[in-house]
Order: sequence, then structure tokens, then C-alpha cells
Amino acid sequence: MDHRTHRSGHRVEGRSAAPGIALGPLVRLVAARPEASHSRSAVGAQQALAVALAASRLDLVGLAGRIEDEDAEAILSFQIALLDDENLAAPAFALIADGEVASKAWVAAIDPEIATYDQADDPYFRARATDLRDLRDRVLRRLAGEVDQAVPSGVIVAAEDLPPSVFLATDWRGGGLVLRRGSPSSHVAILARSRGVPMIVGVDIDHLESGADAVLDGDAGALIVDPDPKLRADYERRLAQQSETREAASSFSGPVSTANGEPVRLMINVTGLAELRDMDPSKVDGIGLMRTEFLFQGREKLPTEEDQYRIYRQMAEWAGGKPVTIRTLDAGGDKPIAGLTEPGDLNPFLGVRGVRLSLRRPEVFRLQLRALARAAVVGNLKVMIPMVTVPEELDRSRELFGHAIDELRGEGHEAAMPQLGMMVEVPAAALAIEDFNADFYSIGSNDLIQYVMAASRDEPQLADLARPSRAVFNLIGHIVDHANRHGREASLCGDLAGDPQQVASLLDQGLRSFSVAPGALGPVRAAIARYPGKAA
Amino acid sequence: MNRLKASVLMRHEVGLHARPSVKLTKLAKAFESKIDLGLSPDGPWIDAKSIVKVMATRAPKDSTIYFRAEGSDAKAALDALVMLVDGDFQDGP
Repeated sequence: MDHRTHRSGHRVEGRSAAPGIALGPLVRLVAARPEASHSRSAVGAQQALAVALAASRLDLVGLAGRIEDEDAEAILSFQIALLDDENLAAPAFALIADGEVASKAWVAAIDPEIATYDQADDPYFRARATDLRDLRDRVLRRLAGEVDQAVPSGVIVAAEDLPPSVFLATDWRGGGLVLRRGSPSSHVAILARSRGVPMIVGVDIDHLESGADAVLDGDAGALIVDPDPKLRADYERRLAQQSETREAASSFSGPVSTANGEPVRLMINVTGLAELRDMDPSKVDGIGLMRTEFLFQGREKLPTEEDQYRIYRQMAEWAGGKPVTIRTLDAGGDKPIAGLTEPGDLNPFLGVRGVRLSLRRPEVFRLQLRALARAAVVGNLKVMIPMVTVPEELDRSRELFGHAIDELRGEGHEAAMPQLGMMVEVPAAALAIEDFNADFYSIGSNDLIQYVMAASRDEPQLADLARPSRAVFNLIGHIVDHANRHGREASLCGDLAGDPQQVASLLDQGLRSFSVAPGALGPVRAAIARYPGKAA
Repeated sequence: MNRLKASVLMRHEVGLHARPSVKLTKLAKAFESKIDLGLSPDGPWIDAKSIVKVMATRAPKDSTIYFRAEGSDAKAALDALVMLVDGDFQDGP
């Protein structure tokens, strides 16, 4: 008999970060921990450390050879250079000679080094602490005799947290993700929604064991370990339905319309070129939101005008003549960027973020506007400004755009003024929408909801408040009315647009343009097609 | 043995950060000479072949980097290092 209390259908609650169902074995990713084994002699322990250092170096060289990303390559070269520097491990070898075990000696040698990076004033240096921690853990895993933990496909991964780089390197077909940390607005969550990977956060992962059969319900925000056969069968059915819907969505092309034949525009939200690789532009009405934050994050230095131009141009080329709506840098709030945003903002969501930051860092904004003006020559580019609160912010942005274009033309570059629109996410802007000189409006429902309801979407206790209410729908209706009366487009690009259960309410407000994560295209298209028209 | 000195203004936008430091220490290691680096003409001096120590200087943009080298190829080493820093750590020809 199994003497552990192994309840059938043990349910662990979390918060939904990306919808969908996954069934499969659990794999728990464990952070490396020093094991205190006293079995080795000092000489044996020194040898073990030397072997672990050499093996780690080989791992890193192997990784560097497979990776094409320039920034990732820079991090790996730095880690390799650290291993090549005997100054790094010298204190560890000395401690071992004095009787310390290898793993503890290694940690004692590298942790003070990590601390000096953690305490650096310069955010670039501070960010390197992560690279040293990563290196510390790699060597510890080697000391413990573990090989590199690769994430297999088709499993439900449970971990404390997952860096975006690991997420991107994993084959998620049939799999799902369970994290203790992170939030529905974290970058991994955005990536998961965009790729259709079910994901939940805020989960107590302590008692989860690798190998257990599990169901991840990304819709309800729960994980069920060892489901009973009936429950498992239910979920298998739902999973089959989900694949059918997704299949239907991906085989569908042509215009989207409601049951009574009204055309609706359906676009996608993206973070970079990678998501467009498997996507057929004929199946969508364009890109309704390109988040440029990802171009700025996790890098050693800010992207150049040329880096940005290349990406914007390729997006415009991908879309053919369809619109590509690029949002200027929306840093700050929950999206800090090393070297740009200020740490220690007391209330980051009400602080210097979005256009507020861009107007205070004109040299960074200028490069982005130049890259956009150059790419606007190639395709149907639209540019939107995030966090606009008063009309002057939009006017100032338009003025800076004009300067950037004059400057480019003076240098002999081709440049064009794209349509310039605004994100409507601050209640002040939504209420006085008629004061803004915008070519189009894009409603950012995530922030609009939390600002209207005064409830953080990352506070689980307030989940009931941080939802679209009548107040939110009234504001959306107000914006859409204004846009329709003036012949301008209003679309909605927040998570609200990707929720099939909210589609009818949004259509009721007159909204006829949606921009959703690629994974939500099928369900939203189906919900639009079911819509019979506004009830009298 | 000859001991030589040189200095150069560093204009790299993020200072002596990971990527520049990797390039600098790699280049320094290509020479036999003992090579030291400092942020003032009188030191303190650190081993220019050690990335741990080079990164620990936290040298910001617009610092002047001082080198001193001692050994058979000291002159060549200093020329190469000055050229690397002066060329903003770009990949040389």
C-alpha cells in the first residue's frame, strides 16, 4: 500500500494567466541547492569542483553555439569568461582546503560577488547579478551530478518562476505551465497567451511531485493532481473541443462577420517577429497591437534605430497592405527596463510610465519615432501612444514625430508620417475623448479596468472588482460613439477582447474592431459569428 | 624587462560592462606580458586579464582607462588594448 496520503483528484488553486487545458505528467523544475556531503576528502572535493566548473563551461559553450540571439550570446560569453577567470573560484578552493564541502565553498565564493552586483548603483551592473546566480546554480547542479534540466514537450511544468528565455526555448505542444510567482501581466504570461499555452500563477507548488498525472485548467485557474477517471475524461473531451476550435480557426480565412452579416475587424496582438513566423497574414485583418517593450528588455543596451527599423519594416512586409499598429515604448508600471525606468517608483502604475516616460527621455523616444517614420514608407504602419492622459501629450508626440521626419529627410532618408493614434486606458482620456487630436483610438482594457475600478489586476483578493463592470462598458461605449461620429476607428486590444464571453457585450457597445492574442483568434471569431445583433 | 604605460578615454555608452570587459580580458590574455588596468595614473592597479576584477572597477562611460604592461610584448599589448577601447570595443578587422 502507498502509505502517503494520495488523495485522488487533489485540486490546487491558482490564478489563470493563459486559458486552455493541458493534460499530462507534472515536471517540477527545482532550483539548485547546495548538498552538504562530507564524504569527500579535501583533494576529492577540489577535484569535484574543478570537474563541475569544466563541465559547466562545456554546457555554456554548447549553448552559445546553438543560440542566434546576440544578447543571449553576450550573457553566455560573460559567464564563460567568468569561469575562465581563476579569481572567481580561488576562494572556494581555499575553503575546501580548510575542510569545507565543495558546494558550500562554491556558494561562499560566488555569493559575495553576486552581492556586489546586487548593490551596484548602475542598473546595467545590477542586472548582471542574475547572470552570476545562473552560473552559481549551473555549477551546483553539476556538483550534484545533475545534467542540464531540459524541459520535455507535452508535460505540465511546475516551477517557482520561469525566465522568458527558457519559455521561448521550450516546445510547449500539449504542455502547460504552473508558477508560484509571476502574474497574469508578466511577460511569460503574455507569451503564453500569445502561443496558446495554458498557464496559471500563484500556485503552492511545494507538494507537487514530478511524474504525477495532472490536469491544468487554465480557464478556471486550477491544477488537478491525480484526477479520477471521470474528471480526466471530462477534461479530455474539453481538450478535444479546444483543439477542434483552434483547428477551425487556423483553417479559416476570409472576413469575420456577425450572425446578421455585419463585418468585424479581427487583428492580433504580438510582441515580435517570432510569433508571425507560423502565422498566415491572410487569416487576420492586421496587427492591432505590437508591444515594443520586448525589443527593449533583457538587453545589455537599448536597441538602436537600425535594430528597431529592421523589425518594424519586417512586420509591415509580413502584413502586406494590412495595418500594423505599433505602440511606442510602454515602459514603467509593471514593465521596468534597465537603464530607462527609474527603480523605486512609489506607485508605479500611477507613475512615470508610457508616454510620460517617453516625453522625459526624448533621446530614446526620438530614435523610436525615427525608426517608425522610416518603416512607415514601406507599409501600412500606424503608431499609437500609450498612457495618454491630456491632449498636450499627444500633440507633443505628434510634434516630435514631425521633427524626426524633417531630420530624416534632411539626411536624405525616406520618411513618412503614419496615422497617429492613442491608447485609451486612462479614465481622464476616456471621459474627455473629444479633446484629443487622434487619428484612431485603441482601448487598452487591462489598464482602463484597473484605473476605473481602483483595483489591481495582480491582487487575487480583488479579482471580483478587477473585472469589466457597467462603468467600464459605459466608457467603452462613449469612446466608440465618438469615434463612429467622426469616422475614426476605435478598436480594443486588451485581454477583454480575447474573452469570448465578453464579445457580445463589446459588440453591443458598437465596437467592430478587436485585437487579440493569436491563441484567442478561434474562440473570438466563433463568438462574433454567433452574435445576432443588439437585443432591442 | 620594459615596463610601459598608456591611457585612453572610454566612450562606450554603458561603460566597462560585460561585453566590453569580455573583449578586453580576452585580448589581454593573448599577450604574455603582465598587464594591469587602473582608473587613475597611479593605480590602484588590477589584473587586466581577470574579468572578475575588471568588472569590479564599474568604470562608467567617459572614464580614462590606464594600462601598464611589463614583458616582451608589452608595446604590442598596449597598442592593441588602446585600439580596442578607442574603437569603442567594436570587432576589429
